[in-house]
Amino acid sequence: MASLETSPAAGSAGHWVDRFRSEAAGLPGARLPWLLERRQAAIQRFAEQGFPTRKVEAWRYTDLRDVARLPFAAPPAAAVGIDRLPSVLDDASRGPRLVFVDGAFRAELSSAGSLPEGVTVASLAAALETMPDRLEPHLGRVRPSPDTPLAALNAALWTDGAFVHLARGAALDRPIELLFLGVGGEAPAAHHPRILIVAEAGAEATVIEHHAGLGGVYFSNAAVEIVAEAGARLHHYKLQAEGAEAFHVATTTLAMDRDAAYDGFVLTQGARLSRSELRPWLGAPGIECRLSGAYMVAGRQHADHTSVIDHAAPHCTSRQVYHGVIDDQARAVFQGRINVHQDAQKTDGYQLNRALLLSDQAEIDSKPELEIFADDVRCSHGATVGDLDEEQIFYLRARGIDRAAARSLLIAGFLMQAVEEIRIEAVRDGFAEKVRGWLDARAAGERRNA
Amino acid sequence: MLEIRNLHATVDDKPILKGVDLVIGDGEVHAIMGPNGAGKSTLSYVLAGREGYEVTEGEVLFRGQDVLAMEPEERAAAGLFLAFQYPVEIPGVTNMTFLKTALNSLRRGRGEPELDAMQFLKLVKAKTKQLGMSDEMLKRFVNVGFSGGEKKRNEVLQMAVLDPAFCVLDETDSGLDIDALRIVADGVNALRGPGRSMLVITHYQRLLDYIVPDRVHVLAQGRIVRSGDKELAQELERKGYAEFAADEAA
Repeated sequence: MASLETSPAAGSAGHWVDRFRSEAAGLPGARLPWLLERRQAAIQRFAEQGFPTRKVEAWRYTDLRDVARLPFAAPPAAAVGIDRLPSVLDDASRGPRLVFVDGAFRAELSSAGSLPEGVTVASLAAALETMPDRLEPHLGRVRPSPDTPLAALNAALWTDGAFVHLARGAALDRPIELLFLGVGGEAPAAHHPRILIVAEAGAEATVIEHHAGLGGVYFSNAAVEIVAEAGARLHHYKLQAEGAEAFHVATTTLAMDRDAAYDGFVLTQGARLSRSELRPWLGAPGIECRLSGAYMVAGRQHADHTSVIDHAAPHCTSRQVYHGVIDDQARAVFQGRINVHQDAQKTDGYQLNRALLLSDQAEIDSKPELEIFADDVRCSHGATVGDLDEEQIFYLRARGIDRAAARSLLIAGFLMQAVEEIRIEAVRDGFAEKVRGWLDARAAGERRNA
Repeated sequence: MLEIRNLHATVDDKPILKGVDLVIGDGEVHAIMGPNGAGKSTLSYVLAGREGYEVTEGEVLFRGQDVLAMEPEERAAAGLFLAFQYPVEIPGVTNMTFLKTALNSLRRGRGEPELDAMQFLKLVKAKTKQLGMSDEMLKRFVNVGFSGGEKKRNEVLQMAVLDPAFCVLDETDSGLDIDALRIVADGVNALRGPGRSMLVITHYQRLLDYIVPDRVHVLAQGRIVRSGDKELAQELERKGYAEFAADEAA
């Protein structure tokens, strides 16, 4: 540990390295040599790189200086009382739910329910105690990238999160909800939630990753690792509804095997600054990977959706459909990179980012990148930026809907086109409700200001 | 019910309507026929209040109200309805949401209580049944992926649900084969009644075989140049519009 040094470019990385030094002995799994080793390697990597600056190409449009300079402390130890848990599901479709408040697992708010044979849903720290052998092959091992220093910071400092394990052929018909609540105390706090999902061959499940904030300045630095073995089918839907003053950075890595299918969606509406980075690795033939999303930002929010899709095997498809609405002085970033490796013949890659700018000062930076080394592939990408269509507005007005309501309906419709990509109906309905909720709140705000 | 007096309108500063006069009584169905470029669609858009269509002279009174002073949504609330020649696609918005939002906007505009989801569903299902349409259409996005016939039927469904007193049907027959035309016309006829007047705009006489008008007017060069009963439509079918174009040139 004495060898830890921070590079001059790493800025305030030292603060986090110090935190690691003082906290390492008390972190979950500290007695497991393999884990301690991984944590040390991770903090070393973070120490070398520090917070990425805008000079780093992958972070050109997203500035982490505010995160880097705030002296984030550990979350307050006192458990906050929670009266109502937010959810995207109605009570009838609810399944097992794990609840974390400021990064800490709250058993009394969670309910595992009755899980079918072969399905494990547990807090990561608890799983580390009871079944470390199941975690060891995967934890921190799912396609880690040298380009993700924040994932490294998470790997070093995580205190808890979720472990979902589906044994060969296991299936769960109800969605698993993972709820991460940020409450925020008097001082800015940071937490590093970590999720590991392992779906063995032929298993199937739906996981909802829900980040919600009740206010305050906090930094949620999430890392999600997903393993989908041969023929596994995973639905993974994320709602980012952090508090208005929160920072949210999440790195999701995904390793997929033959004929696996992943249906992912992220709905972004919260946080003053957020980045959701997805890095799927399509490593065997026959994989279907769907990564779509919708974002709605206003005020001075900044939302970044970045993906790096590696088609490393032939006969795989990937599909991304993103629709975003940007109002006021908000800013959105979409960076979509598709790497088609030399062997990945018959790759079918599709990527679309459509943004609606609702004010003159709203901004979108859209950067698609295709790098293709195979010759027999079909890859397309598109990006559109615009305002609402006057033909459509007139059609609605001619039916009695006033201009403001017509605009609101069209914005909802625009976002719903992306939400339609979600394959599980109960979740799709829940996410649609969140879209409408955001628009209603916005309309109410406009009426108040009018 | 509707009175158009000396209506002049321009599009991009180009005069299109040059003094249209027309009076349509309660429960009457009038047809406007005319060659391409006569101003038929301009007339329908002026009545609906589309931007870019500037009225330079004249007035339009609907039940005594000054239509031209109203916003498009106010005209709709007053009971005016335009069935579009090219119904607009609205991806992401279901027909159900669209119809419910529209109906409740109209009801609010008239000071009537809004319908809740159940009340609305009951009403809309009664209307689809009346028109012999499937409820499946309600779940689809507005006009997205609809055939030409389905789009026009969807206009008729909107008419049925919103229950306007005055309907303008702009080239409702365009793009329809004879079967689709008959279905759409049946829908329109089902909505005819003493409380509802219609203005049917068409290039061809064949629509008027199915929606039989009380009066037929010929619009050419921005004016009504001739009016008659339904026989006039058949005469036009035989002779074409050459006569009116020639009159203008003479």
